[in-house]
Amino acid sequence: MTTPVRVPDLSGASLASLSGEMRSMSPVVSSRQRRWRVPFLFIVLLATVAVFAPALAPYSPDIPANYDAIQNLAPSRAHPFGTDGLGRDVLSRVLFASRISLSLAFASVLLSLVLGTSYGAIAGLVGGGIDRWLMRGLDVALSIPRLLLLLAVTAFWENLPLTALIMLLGTTGWFDVARLVRGEVQRLAQQDFVTAARATGVRGARMLRVHVLPHLVPLLIVNATLSVAATIALEAGLSYLGLGVQPPTPSWGNIMAEGSGGMASQWWLSVFPGMATVIAVLACHALGDALRDRFALDQVPA
Amino acid sequence: MTVSRPLVKTDPAAPNGWAPNDPLLAVQSLRVTFDTTRGLARAVDGVSFTIAAGETVCVVGESGCGKSVAALSLLRLIPAPGRIESGSEIHFDGMNLLTLNEEALRSVRGRRMSMIFQEPMTALNPVLTVGEQIAEVVRVHTKASRREAWAQAVSMLREVGIADPDVRATEYPHQLSGGMRQRVMIAMALVLEPRLVIADEPTTALDVTIQAQILELLRAQRDRTGLALLLITHDLGVVAEMASRVLVMYAGQIVEEAPVGALFATATHPYTEGLLAAVPRLDQIGGRLRTIPGTVPAATDWPTGCRFRARCPHAFARCETDAPELVQVGPSHRARCHLVQEPSHRKAITP
Repeated sequence: MTTPVRVPDLSGASLASLSGEMRSMSPVVSSRQRRWRVPFLFIVLLATVAVFAPALAPYSPDIPANYDAIQNLAPSRAHPFGTDGLGRDVLSRVLFASRISLSLAFASVLLSLVLGTSYGAIAGLVGGGIDRWLMRGLDVALSIPRLLLLLAVTAFWENLPLTALIMLLGTTGWFDVARLVRGEVQRLAQQDFVTAARATGVRGARMLRVHVLPHLVPLLIVNATLSVAATIALEAGLSYLGLGVQPPTPSWGNIMAEGSGGMASQWWLSVFPGMATVIAVLACHALGDALRDRFALDQVPA
Repeated sequence: MTVSRPLVKTDPAAPNGWAPNDPLLAVQSLRVTFDTTRGLARAVDGVSFTIAAGETVCVVGESGCGKSVAALSLLRLIPAPGRIESGSEIHFDGMNLLTLNEEALRSVRGRRMSMIFQEPMTALNPVLTVGEQIAEVVRVHTKASRREAWAQAVSMLREVGIADPDVRATEYPHQLSGGMRQRVMIAMALVLEPRLVIADEPTTALDVTIQAQILELLRAQRDRTGLALLLITHDLGVVAEMASRVLVMYAGQIVEEAPVGALFATATHPYTEGLLAAVPRLDQIGGRLRTIPGTVPAATDWPTGCRFRARCPHAFARCETDAPELVQVGPSHRARCHLVQEPSHRKAITP
């Protein structure tokens, strides 16, 4: 900690992308501040794979015509991740599943950010009795375990459509964001520059848009990144239980579920989608963690 | 508590530009309270004064005397849980500011009355360029296009003495020096040529050489646009340089009000005398700095009688029971002290 150590530039991203402010920091600080690059690279890689899945996948994710000839094949040159009980190529399914799992997580986190930021900003700006009621409502919402709520709803909903799953994850994921945003908005509202802006006649929507919301961006980015990690894991869990993404649509969770019957005999069905899940969750979490240090935020819980 | 007195004073000794029948700002019985856990804090407790168009009035007093709160209340910017008590009146430019609706108040803020804050680093938005912040004032109040507002911001930056205003306008507050930031604040406050500018300790956060430049800039802009200036300070040097009239505040009240010359020549209130005596002088080398013993009492329980008596070297029995009123001492010179009527209680003070 005391000796300055330069960490080699693993990501290879160019120095020019760093702001001048970052470059002028001491080596210790700057190497810590560059920690976001490696996880960021992983996420870019995952996103690229998801976008180009149809081009990258060697087979269709659906049941092939000759399915009875190629069921439950172990990994081989023809099928690097093996095949499942219906003869589908697991590599192709994991690639296609990345589109579902990632976009589902991103979409639901986006929804929860919009909901949480609006709710928190209103509570923080309006204050008084309305704020107290909004916060008690939030306490009630936070007291319900999210997983139990999701299990209860999805268990009774046959053939849950993807959009409904996004809505469910989004509408149950914004309570923490709302509370963080409310606290931050309250802090910002007491800042001199907000008083100074009021003194020049700025108010209402313009105050929110120009003088308050831009200051929330670091907080929201960090929170979103950590939430994406949590949501990927949550969706994998739900899908594993058969309550999330419904087959035949592939998701990392439901591919693992197919392999759950024979972990010893068909290990490839669990291991490869499991690895994909772990890499995605770890990368998002590491990125969120690094960005939190980079923005020097301490109000976002790990 | 407050003497009812006419809002409009006629005074032959009035400084230049003071139109006797038209005070630009008339504050009457202003009371601001904060409901705190330790009780009701009466931060401003019955303050009345006027400012004429083009006049410069200084408010002096220690930290905690209510001068900043009084200033913020003029634009109704008191932070919660503070409130302006009923019975207070603020008339500005023909309007009753305390009964204005939000929309009308908005048209006053920044356009007809503006404010310069003490610490430009925190009073400027760190995520906006300084040009954007000045242009925003223009855009909020006029129909100017983005481009016109920007041009006005740049020319205002030039006006407040910033070199390369085209470049500086695109920079963020953290890229500027402290003095330049305060120039930017002044540009923001003056861009729409308001009639009254409130400056709350505009030079306190700056080093001495920059202080002089900023005061010079304020004076030049005042003379250029004919604005009235309410300057809040605890620096009597600033007062001597800038003010035409001075209000001395103590414990939420005005304790002395005088033209600047009279204040320095014949200060009457013992608190004012103490403030003047506490200024270090170059012609008295050595010895201890003079101070006023004690501190300002808490706003939640002002003492009965005279609020300054615990710290006053001349205090006598009446000071404990009777709260003094502001009484006339000389031409437009008033003081809140029983010594005016009973000068025999004044004790000789050994320096």
